Amino acid sequence: MKEKILEVNNLSVSFKTYNGLVRAVRGVDFTLHKGETLAIVGESGSGKSVTTKAILGILQKNAVIESGEILYNGEDLTKYSEKDFYKIRGKEISLIFQDPLSALNPIMKIGKQITEALILKEKMSHDAAKKRALELMEMVGITNPEVRYEQYPFQFSGGMRQRIVIAIALASNAKIMICDEPTTALDVTIQAKILDEIRHIKETQHLSVIFITHDLGVVANMADRICVMYAGRIVEVGTSEEIFYHPAHPYTWALLSSMPDLETKERLFSIPGTPPNMIYPPKGDAFAERNQYALAIDFEEEPPFFKLSDTHYAATWLLHPSAPKVEMPKVLADRIARMQRKEHI
Amino acid sequence: MGQENGAERDKILEIKNLSMEFPVSRHEKLKALNNISFDIYRGENFGLVGESGCGKTTLGRTLIRLYDPTAGEVLFNGKCISGKLDKEARNYVVNHLSMIFQDPISSLNPRMTVEEIIAEGLKTRGIKDKEECRRRVREILDKVGLLPEHATRYPHEFSGGQRQRIGIARALVLKPEFIIADEPVSALDVSIQAQVINLLMDIKKEMNLTILFIAHDLAVVKYFSDRIGVMCFGNLVELADADELYAHPVHPYTKALLSAIPQPDPLSEKEKKRLYYDPSMNDYSKEEPSFQEITPGHFVYASASEMEKYRKELGITG
Repeated sequence: MKEKILEVNNLSVSFKTYNGLVRAVRGVDFTLHKGETLAIVGESGSGKSVTTKAILGILQKNAVIESGEILYNGEDLTKYSEKDFYKIRGKEISLIFQDPLSALNPIMKIGKQITEALILKEKMSHDAAKKRALELMEMVGITNPEVRYEQYPFQFSGGMRQRIVIAIALASNAKIMICDEPTTALDVTIQAKILDEIRHIKETQHLSVIFITHDLGVVANMADRICVMYAGRIVEVGTSEEIFYHPAHPYTWALLSSMPDLETKERLFSIPGTPPNMIYPPKGDAFAERNQYALAIDFEEEPPFFKLSDTHYAATWLLHPSAPKVEMPKVLADRIARMQRKEHI
Repeated sequence: MGQENGAERDKILEIKNLSMEFPVSRHEKLKALNNISFDIYRGENFGLVGESGCGKTTLGRTLIRLYDPTAGEVLFNGKCISGKLDKEARNYVVNHLSMIFQDPISSLNPRMTVEEIIAEGLKTRGIKDKEECRRRVREILDKVGLLPEHATRYPHEFSGGQRQRIGIARALVLKPEFIIADEPVSALDVSIQAQVINLLMDIKKEMNLTILFIAHDLAVVKYFSDRIGVMCFGNLVELADADELYAHPVHPYTKALLSAIPQPDPLSEKEKKRLYYDPSMNDYSKEEPSFQEITPGHFVYASASEMEKYRKELGITG
């Protein structure tokens, strides 16, 4: 059994708004093992970012953690005060944001932004901090770090800025790195480079990574395990091979078959409707409304997790022993067969 | 170029040596489009890919005359639509070409109702009759999958996918022949993206449209387009049928771009070797590159010696 580094149990987070309580996260459980990359996949509004913000204690003021615990080193982070968080934020758990431009201070030199945390938190001397910053910049693949050290964010391209953000995240030897859509704002070729970089750094620095994205393609490349989230709940969790080759939840089927790959010729499968309004979360399975395979019980009662293997679980009534046998959509089955054929050649 | 097989097919748009320069400072100019020539045939989906800053949006905007090209010519249905136009020619452009924008939030006026947004085009075209406007708005709303009661609502009341439908309705209300879709799905979630792509496909068939589809997501472009042009630093570097381009990419930039596509297939992803493109790979100091046909219908931007090399790679002799 691998060593657990972070454990989230039955976490629920809601937001107080004028229209009512928005139930953004509704009972999420997952564990992050040491040295693995866990991907959380979901559409906007599925609660993936809120979950990670709760881990770092950076939820907005109107957010309430309604229940659950986040265990890190045996301590519950939901009980932490701002002062306690100060000790672990950046130092033990660090975060890479989606938009590298707004994550950097536009009027502060890059060098200072990297060394800031080192000087404040690690109590390093300026010279030592500079030396470390240059090392970090080199590590994330920035050429001419001495020159770049004195420059401002606007002098960097999008990909380079994201590298700087990664360098800052790495500055204090964090153990967990949370990447919140780190490549969504970047071009494909730059995205490929940054993903390679994150993977390389993860291996050399022995990090554990939580990778949040809506792009299943990116996840295939990065993740050891994948959680699929919908409407504030995890609906399926498994290793990346299990999720891509043996998906079991209708939502995962829908997600996989609605994105074209390079061989797709047939009409795209599109999920009808839109995600539910989380002020009034639906009774039963939140996906039932949009699910062509929904059973009567889906509208009545929320499905529990059914075990498919030691690592693979899915929350759908279709897996109940007395449910009718339903096969995944043909488009998807064909594609998976095609992918597996390719591997054998 | 391409005249051999182009002659049989009806060209809707001919772009000839189009260049667009933006002044950066008093002495410096940014070449956003560098001498681009290609044709778009009637009824096809032409995909344009490239990274940000390569000039693909500038090209789209120049075609619809949001910018004045510095040099070159654009012929639409055989009529010149670039340069100085008289009123009639300008009306012709407005009536037959329209555009769908990337960001459905910022491209819709938040203080106008959906009906006002969509009918604005009709009004500027001189359709003043209120009943007529209303009828056409309802008709187009139905076509893009929105309900008649949506007409009186404001953009903020809609989800991202619905907003993009409003943008599409606005582009279609004048019954254009040619649509420029500038990253119409990049701001949308995967499940919504599929809805909008399917909608565009259906409408295209129904209204006999020709679509120039600009995007950076190569899987989506491949799925949507019949032919694809690849742009890089203001140049059109390669142009071919969609399948041909993905099966036999020639230009190193196209190869790099294709290798960078993340695919939903973990085993092959983890082994995939990515290629990188460095513009200095092409030495154009001695030879002038040009846009030439390498196999029928497959064009590439290369110098003479590079052509030689690419031909060898493809296994073509002579």
